[in-house]
This record gives sequence, C-alpha cells and structure tokens, in this order.
Amino acid sequence: MNMPKSNFISQTLAIFKKDIQLELKTKEIISSMLLFSMLVVVVFSFLFEPGNIEQAGIAGGVYWMALIFAGLLGLGKSMQAEINGGNLEALLLSPISRNAIFYGKLLSNIAFLLCIQLIMLPLFVVLYDTNLVSHISMLAVILGTTYAFSLLGTLFSLMAARSSTREILLPILLLPMLVPVILGAIQATNGALFQDAVSTYAVWIRLIVVYDVVFTAIASLLFEVVVEE
Amino acid sequence: MIALHIHGLSRKYGEKWGLRPLDADIEAGDFLTLLGPNGAGKSTLLKLLSLQMKPSAGSISCDGEPLRDLGEKYRARIGVISHQPFLYDGLSALENLSFYASLYGISKPRARAIELLKRVDMNKRMHDPVRSYSRGMLQRTSIARALLNKPDFIFLDEPYTGLDRQATYMLTEILQEQVQRKATIVLVTHDLSLGYMLADKLMILSKGECKYFGDKAFTTDTDLERRYLELVRDEHA
Repeated sequence: MNMPKSNFISQTLAIFKKDIQLELKTKEIISSMLLFSMLVVVVFSFLFEPGNIEQAGIAGGVYWMALIFAGLLGLGKSMQAEINGGNLEALLLSPISRNAIFYGKLLSNIAFLLCIQLIMLPLFVVLYDTNLVSHISMLAVILGTTYAFSLLGTLFSLMAARSSTREILLPILLLPMLVPVILGAIQATNGALFQDAVSTYAVWIRLIVVYDVVFTAIASLLFEVVVEE
Repeated sequence: MIALHIHGLSRKYGEKWGLRPLDADIEAGDFLTLLGPNGAGKSTLLKLLSLQMKPSAGSISCDGEPLRDLGEKYRARIGVISHQPFLYDGLSALENLSFYASLYGISKPRARAIELLKRVDMNKRMHDPVRSYSRGMLQRTSIARALLNKPDFIFLDEPYTGLDRQATYMLTEILQEQVQRKATIVLVTHDLSLGYMLADKLMILSKGECKYFGDKAFTTDTDLERRYLELVRDEHA
C-alpha cells in the first residue's frame, strides 16, 4: 500500500515525542539521573568548609563529573527501552530516515540532561556558594557541553546497543572522545566561578562550539553506516 | 508476476552457513510456508527478506529492483512479526501503535491503531501498559502493529507462539484476509499441518540448505510429515 510519506522533521519529532511520553509514564531516566547527580554534588560538598577557596577550584569539575556520569546512566536506560522488545529493530524496519532515529533520540537525551540541570544547578549554587547562574556565558557552556555529550552519547549508545557488553562499552567509547569538551567545560566553569573576565576563558567556549559543529557533521555521516552494519 | 526474486542468496555466521546459496522466485500474492528443524535457516531467510540482516552473498530484488536500493520504499511495504513484540512496555498498545503508525506516515494514526486493536480483540485493554500483557496479548498487539501499513509483504516468524485457540483462529482468519487482498506472505512455523493448510508453496530447509521449494501439491496433508522427515533426515543423523 502506498502511504503518504512522512518527512524527516515529523519522523524526528515522533521519536522525540515517544521518548518524552515514555519517560512521563515510567520516570525511569530522570529519577535515576537526578538521584545520582544530586548524590555526587551533595557528597562532594561535604569535603570542604563553606567559603573554602579550594572548593571553587574543584566545583566546576564536580558539576560536570556529576552530570556526565548521570548522563551515562540516562543513556543506558534510554537505550534499554529501545533494546527491550526489539524496538530498535522495529525502528530500523520502519520506512524512516536513519538520521531521524538519531536526531529523535538526540533531542530526547538533550531534554533529559537539561531537565536534570534545572534542578541540579540551584542545588549546586547553594551548596557550593557560587554565583554561577549570574554568568550569561555559563548558558553557552551548559548548552554546548550538554549538546556534545548527548550527540556522541546517542551515537555510541546506538552503536553499542547490539553488544552484550554495552554497559561497559559505552563509557569506554564515549569518555575518551569527550575529553576536549569536558576539559573546556571545567575550565570555562571555573573561570566563571573565579569571576574571571569572559575573555580569559572564551577560548574554552570556542573549543566547545567547534567540537559541536565538527561532531555534528561526523555523527550525521556515520550514523547511517553504523546502524546498517 | 514475480514479486521477490532471490538469486544466490546466502548468509554465513563466521565459518558456519546460516543459509546456503539459494535461488527462488516468490510471486505476488503467494503464501509461502518455510518449514525445517531448529537452526535450518528459516529465520535467517526471513530476516534477509525483511532487510533485518545483510546477506553474505547474493541478492533479493523486488519488482526488478534490488532491495538494498529500494530501502525505505521497500520497508514501507512490509510488515514483520518476529520473536520479539516490537512494543515499548511502558506505553499502552494504543500509544505504541499510534507511534508506529505515525512513522509510516498514516494520516490518522490513532484511528488506524484503534481499528486494528479492535480487529485483534485488544480494544478492551488498549489503554493498559504493554508490560501488563500476557504472552498471547503481546502477540495479538504485535500482529496489529505489523498490519498498520497494510503491507504488500508480510513476514511472520512463528506467529502462533503463545496464542490460545481463539487467537489462533483469529490470526488464521486475518492471514486469509491478507491473502484475499493479494498480500505476499512468508510464514515460518513448526506446525506442519497449519503451515500446509495455509500455504500455496512450501520451502523446506535443513542445515541452511533448501531441500524443497515449490507447490505444496508435491505431497498430501496426511503424508506431509513422512515426506518432511525424509527431506530433513540428515539433520537428525
């Protein structure tokens, strides 16, 4: 039967909408990510007395480590929903662009990470006594790093989906690739925490932006090949 | 008219043959039943026909065009029932089917989903999460999902598994409806008499090799088991 063909954007949005609908019902991804990230932020806050100058030095690292490891947890759970019941296979059997699957999953992974940060960031500001949210440049760092993590995380989690060792394969593939962007995010965050002029850490923000652009192109080209194999 | 032309199609898993080179033509509207012992290559052939797997060698063409070139156009024309339900267990049957219908570009996905869930007698439970379904209910929902796009080609891998008597009858009735609308059906089953009853053509596989392909008239319903065991006896040797 000839069906009216759905376009790339509607296919991508259908997958995004399905992920959100699934999460609203199960609450599995957000709850586990939130619990983990809050635990890390709270536990590390006990290491230093309030106002300790050393605390500001590690605060950026704590924030991004909490987020990245919580993100790994979220990626694993998001992919598990596709593996259970053979849904990834069903998506690949559907007459949709492979990139629509990729970008649909990417959008939902970004949404989950941003949701976590909406709750984590105020907690972080209180516990670490920072004025991080007052820096507009931090918005660029948060968005750029969240995008980079979700982009490569989505790609590698789909690549690892068919492997029996996917839980360990994902961090092994993902974390080394993310080193430049993690480094950039930590440096830029610490720069903002120490009230440095934006120009002193703008180079790290530029690094994140360039990383995002380059890997968007690579992921778009690679994904179709990866899933076909 | 030849709908699917299979030429030298084979698949290896490492050094082991999953399917030895196979040549076959499946005509439009054919009902082909694949028979064979476990590990004979039935599911491998079904996966190759539904693009779930790449062949090691050979090709399949649909209406004269290689499947790999057709891609999305071919996938829009197929329906697959696999060992897995292809359903998100946190969503309801209605949400699952509406989602998949939207991927097929169906204009009223929810209405189409409800229509099919009624057809498989799942309308009373269609708002419940899939994780609360029994094996048989999952299979009914899976059948409905496979028919969303009114497929021209239907590939079924042991679809009767987990179905009770009433659901078995319902699935047989649905398959007969699909035959009437000239869909081409490939069915994998271990139930020889049911497979024989539904089929126009039979293919018997053993150790990845096609032992018989052709009209089911080569044997009778009552003699099928003896002929089948003769053809696959090496498997048990």
